[in-house]
Amino acid sequence: MQEILKVAMPKGRIYKQASRLLQRAGLPIPEDVHEDTRKYMIPVPEAGMEFIIAKPVDVPIFVEYGVADIGIVGKDVLMEEQRDVYELLDLGIARCRMSIIGLPDWKPVLNPRVATKYPNVASRYFRQKGQQVEVIKLNGSIELAPLIGLSDRIVDMVETGQTIKENGLVEHEVMYDITSRLIANRVSYRLKHEPIRHLCDMLQRSLHETEARK
Amino acid sequence: MPKPKMFEKPAGVKDLLPEALEKLRSIESRVLECMRRWGYSEIMTPTLEYYDTVGAVSSTSDHKLFKLLDRNGTTLVMRPDMTSPIARVVASLLKERSFPIRLSYHANVFRAMEEEAGRESEFYQAGVELVGDKTADADAEIVALAISALKAAGVRDFNIALGHVGFLNGLLDENLPDLPETQSVLKECLMIRDYVGYRNVLAGLELEAEARHRLEGILRLQGDEEVCLRAQTLTANEQASAAIRHLREMREILSAYDVAGYVSFDLTMIGNFSYYTGMIFEGYAAGHGFPVASGGRYDNLLAQFGRPAPATGFALKTNRILEIAQPETGMERQRTLVVYAAHRRAEAIRYAAELRSRELTVETRRLEAVAGGNVAQPTEGGGYIVDGVRYAHVAEFI
Repeated sequence: MQEILKVAMPKGRIYKQASRLLQRAGLPIPEDVHEDTRKYMIPVPEAGMEFIIAKPVDVPIFVEYGVADIGIVGKDVLMEEQRDVYELLDLGIARCRMSIIGLPDWKPVLNPRVATKYPNVASRYFRQKGQQVEVIKLNGSIELAPLIGLSDRIVDMVETGQTIKENGLVEHEVMYDITSRLIANRVSYRLKHEPIRHLCDMLQRSLHETEARK
Repeated sequence: MPKPKMFEKPAGVKDLLPEALEKLRSIESRVLECMRRWGYSEIMTPTLEYYDTVGAVSSTSDHKLFKLLDRNGTTLVMRPDMTSPIARVVASLLKERSFPIRLSYHANVFRAMEEEAGRESEFYQAGVELVGDKTADADAEIVALAISALKAAGVRDFNIALGHVGFLNGLLDENLPDLPETQSVLKECLMIRDYVGYRNVLAGLELEAEARHRLEGILRLQGDEEVCLRAQTLTANEQASAAIRHLREMREILSAYDVAGYVSFDLTMIGNFSYYTGMIFEGYAAGHGFPVASGGRYDNLLAQFGRPAPATGFALKTNRILEIAQPETGMERQRTLVVYAAHRRAEAIRYAAELRSRELTVETRRLEAVAGGNVAQPTEGGGYIVDGVRYAHVAEFI
């Protein structure tokens, strides 16, 4: 009997790309498995899986505690949360970058302040650069901060650059390139090694093929 | 921080209520008994140690140590593990005792952790240290005993992953001979289990196709004994080859112990601790998201206390085992209640003493202390309920 893999899937932007990636790799995931049902747990017996639909920031937590065996989550969240999990594969989806953003005429100020959804990443980054900045954690609409004078810069994710452009902001510096990753729990990685390994191989093969077609 | 409420405790510490403690004690006694049968004697060391001795050589990073000052202003630490205190004892109080020395312990250790469920600041470890034997036989004994102890603790479904730091050190040296910094970056990636980061670092290096293939190949060195055979073909380095020979010899010995089925190999495992010098292993149990056992060889520790010696050992995480262990049922203690009126007190106490001498658990109560006239209510499942407490028997002296 094959053991069921519990997969923490991120709600929202990445979900569709992630499930399409699994399909492309050859997993029989039915088309009607949507995230927009109200169910948080979706059995996918065809693929020997059960999806656990979670908020992206919670995916590494579920995997670290072992309530999900594996998960799909952005590198931005992994860097912010620093959970003790295996980072097995770069899935190459949801590609974007984490950048320092500000008004076009930004100049160094006396008391630099940075607003962000990623306070840990931002503090670490500026500390390593030897810059002293105050970091303010916000939970959404980060672009607002420099416009209303809460901070002089922000650290946020940029995909197309449309949002920052519409708000009259510019990207000053790219900090990190971000993609989604396949992560695994430390114990599941041992006790369910075969199915996880198999999934990795399938995904890797499909990623190489996509790469080759480009 | 506001003044704590009266019922509050510091973050990361726990009360153990009677039911939980009974289970912990039962695990503890079965594990220590198992270790005793393998020739290990139990030892107890103090909770407090000097920061400059045990604190400095411990594998626990500095910011996780609980530190305090004694009356003279000397910095002390709450012991973060039992391995370094035992090394101190072996090198000092047991200096005259000849090797090999086999010691076991069950003790609470202290580490400052983030405030989060499952990350205790005070937790329990049961383990052993085998000092003065550098053979593969000693390492295999440690792994076999860990398996035996996990079984004794009542853990059913578990697996041991076995690796060797020498293989990785040798292989990296062989393929990146003049790049010690890159070597440590790659090791750091493997230590935090970031395989993506490892591949990215490799992708950024100028390497021959052969070397790249070998370095990428180690990420697949996980599985059964066949992994060792594959690993052997990847390297000509003496240190790496010696590590593989050591693991294969251990595997042979573990077969003799008839426990090889519990063991898988992982040559990418380099452990949390920079101080491991040889084989390392971790134990994983179904039903718990974190490892329940860990151990390895640490041949450099004893020298820091002035008595250089090879050493190997392991620790079980008793708190985590407590959550998943299924000890034999019927452990629940049967209680007898002896109730008496004041004028028959002596008779009742004599009777209770006699029952206790037959290893029964007995409570006594004077009648006024029991509410209602009819003392014991018989229950359907057998036994009696008195004031909400269940007793197997009730004896009345009234």
